[in-house]
Amino acid sequence: MDTQQILIYIVVGATFALYIGIAIWARAGSTGEFYAAGRGVHPVMNGMATAADWMSAASFISMAGLIAFMGYDGSRFLMGWTGGYVLLAMLLAPYLRKFGKYTVPEFIGDRFYSSTARIVAVICLLVASITYVIGQMTGVGVTFSRFLEVSNTTGLFIGAAVVFAYAVLGGMKGITYTQVAQYIVLITAYTIPAIFISLNITGNPIPPLGLFSDTVGEGVPLLQKLNMLMTDLGFSEYTERNDSILNMFLYTMSLMIGTAGLPHVIIRFFTVPRVADARWSAGWALVFIALLYLVAPAVGSMARLNIIQTIYPGDSEVALDQRAIEYEERPDWMRTWETTGLISFEDKNDDGRIQYYNETEFFADTAEQYGWAGNELVINRDILVLANPEIANLPMWVVALVAAGGLAAALSTAAGLLLAISSAISHDLIKSVINPNISEKGELLAARISMAVAIAFATYLGLNPPGFAAQTVALAFGLAASSIFPALMMGIFSKRINNWGAICGMLTGLLVTVGYVFTYLGMFFLPGTNLLPNTPDAWIFGISPAAFGTIGALFNFLVAYLVSNATADTPQEIQDLVESVRVPRGAGVATAH
Amino acid sequence: MTMTESGTAYWKANLRLVTGCLIVWALVSFGAAILFRPLLLGIEFGGADLGFWFAQQGSILVFLALIFFYAWRMNTLDKKFGVDEL
Repeated sequence: MDTQQILIYIVVGATFALYIGIAIWARAGSTGEFYAAGRGVHPVMNGMATAADWMSAASFISMAGLIAFMGYDGSRFLMGWTGGYVLLAMLLAPYLRKFGKYTVPEFIGDRFYSSTARIVAVICLLVASITYVIGQMTGVGVTFSRFLEVSNTTGLFIGAAVVFAYAVLGGMKGITYTQVAQYIVLITAYTIPAIFISLNITGNPIPPLGLFSDTVGEGVPLLQKLNMLMTDLGFSEYTERNDSILNMFLYTMSLMIGTAGLPHVIIRFFTVPRVADARWSAGWALVFIALLYLVAPAVGSMARLNIIQTIYPGDSEVALDQRAIEYEERPDWMRTWETTGLISFEDKNDDGRIQYYNETEFFADTAEQYGWAGNELVINRDILVLANPEIANLPMWVVALVAAGGLAAALSTAAGLLLAISSAISHDLIKSVINPNISEKGELLAARISMAVAIAFATYLGLNPPGFAAQTVALAFGLAASSIFPALMMGIFSKRINNWGAICGMLTGLLVTVGYVFTYLGMFFLPGTNLLPNTPDAWIFGISPAAFGTIGALFNFLVAYLVSNATADTPQEIQDLVESVRVPRGAGVATAH
Repeated sequence: MTMTESGTAYWKANLRLVTGCLIVWALVSFGAAILFRPLLLGIEFGGADLGFWFAQQGSILVFLALIFFYAWRMNTLDKKFGVDEL
């Protein structure tokens, strides 16, 4: 084992020891502590925990790369995954905190005085959360195998064991305080390499400012230079929009309302002492999320520029074909990452040089002139974050920190999702439907067992990820956007929406969205069962399946309104419930600190 | 003012505040960054156009300001209408 490996083991081992230490310190003694951390979490702490809960393995490892390769179009993820917090802060979190119960389906069941509505909500919650958790578990396995040279399977078991320790023992209480620690690990790991890359390329130590600064040396704005190099290589400009305006609009909206409707995020706001804290806490959550989301687009564009300049070094006056580097002279980080398969080279025209460009029709003539026979370098998007420390020649402990950061991001999100899943089972199914007479102690035990089963199930799915895992994320956001978000919002802002309206609305939103997704991605994502090809030409009005949640939500609102107006008025006690949710005074007080 | 009248006034004030904030929320993200970006192409910002800045950075900063502004305004409303938590 070399020094680098030993360092990674030490840093990752130390963070894991910290998480387990917190688990032992923050054990849950009651259902109130298991489901809502005793409602004693400070709003700033909850903001940090929410940020870790929200930012997944994908945010940490893949987002910067996604933006680097999508350019302007990638902005939908930046705006969508942050704009949802404005909706949470103003439309959902404070009122649901005032309601003062433990789960999202519980509010839907009580407000719409219907266990059918509650069960529909449980189904949406389970589908959305389980599809989401698969990605986290595979993320744990992948990070382990890349950095710690253990097999995927071993890595997954170690990760699952750590989550088991603090989630089963501590429930929401244990998860909250480990998430705070995990946030600190992941944000440090993310920003340190970013600061150095920004310094190298723009001379500005603050990456979000560097993004809009001039490059070191030539003094040309970074984005202009990137635009120029990309068009030289047959790509469209980095700042140019390639998607249609309508799809960009609906996609961003779907991500926003999907974010606001995801149960594992909403339940975090049940842990603060007061309604006012829920509002502040949403602000703090966005502060901590923004620290990463403002850095990610900077990392994306700088890493993209860096890769292009590594392959085509030298004076921009010289033609590209003269500048392409010899394969034998490639930098060390490329050699290292070639062994993982994340970057691969094939010398198609046998000239010993690397040619990296976009094989489009309009660039074909130029490529032929240069004597290029096709793009020779395939780069995995994730490499932009994972290889950053090596690209910037940072010391070995930074590489170790990035490994720990990736694991922190995956584990913290997995734990939040697992809590949403297990509380839906123990509280919404066992306590409310199967055995309402269960004692407090019995329910706590049921909650712990549900958590253990959920972890085992998630581990199984992580080991045997269904082939469609990547595509189901569209479904998770689509369901949250089209069924959960509208139901919650109408439950708070309208007294007129009744049980039938809510049930019909949720089911319509659900079916329309699932129907649209399955039409293009296959029935239950089985390859070959899609009715129409998944291409922009075949999409209705060019709306992609991932952007369809917004349309599903509109159907939900419309149907709920029409059905409610055609059926009986909501009972007086429900109207009183809505009134009480709207004012902060009288909320359940903190049970523990 | 009776309790119900005061409750209605509080809720109306909240709705006005939420509506105002959400208009700004939509203007910066869906407006400046997407729909009206072609109109803002002439305004240069750090090597790109203003719409690109809003899409990658500006919206997030405005979202942050909006939430803290809302939380602060609601705190004063809670006190004014006497519905804050004791």
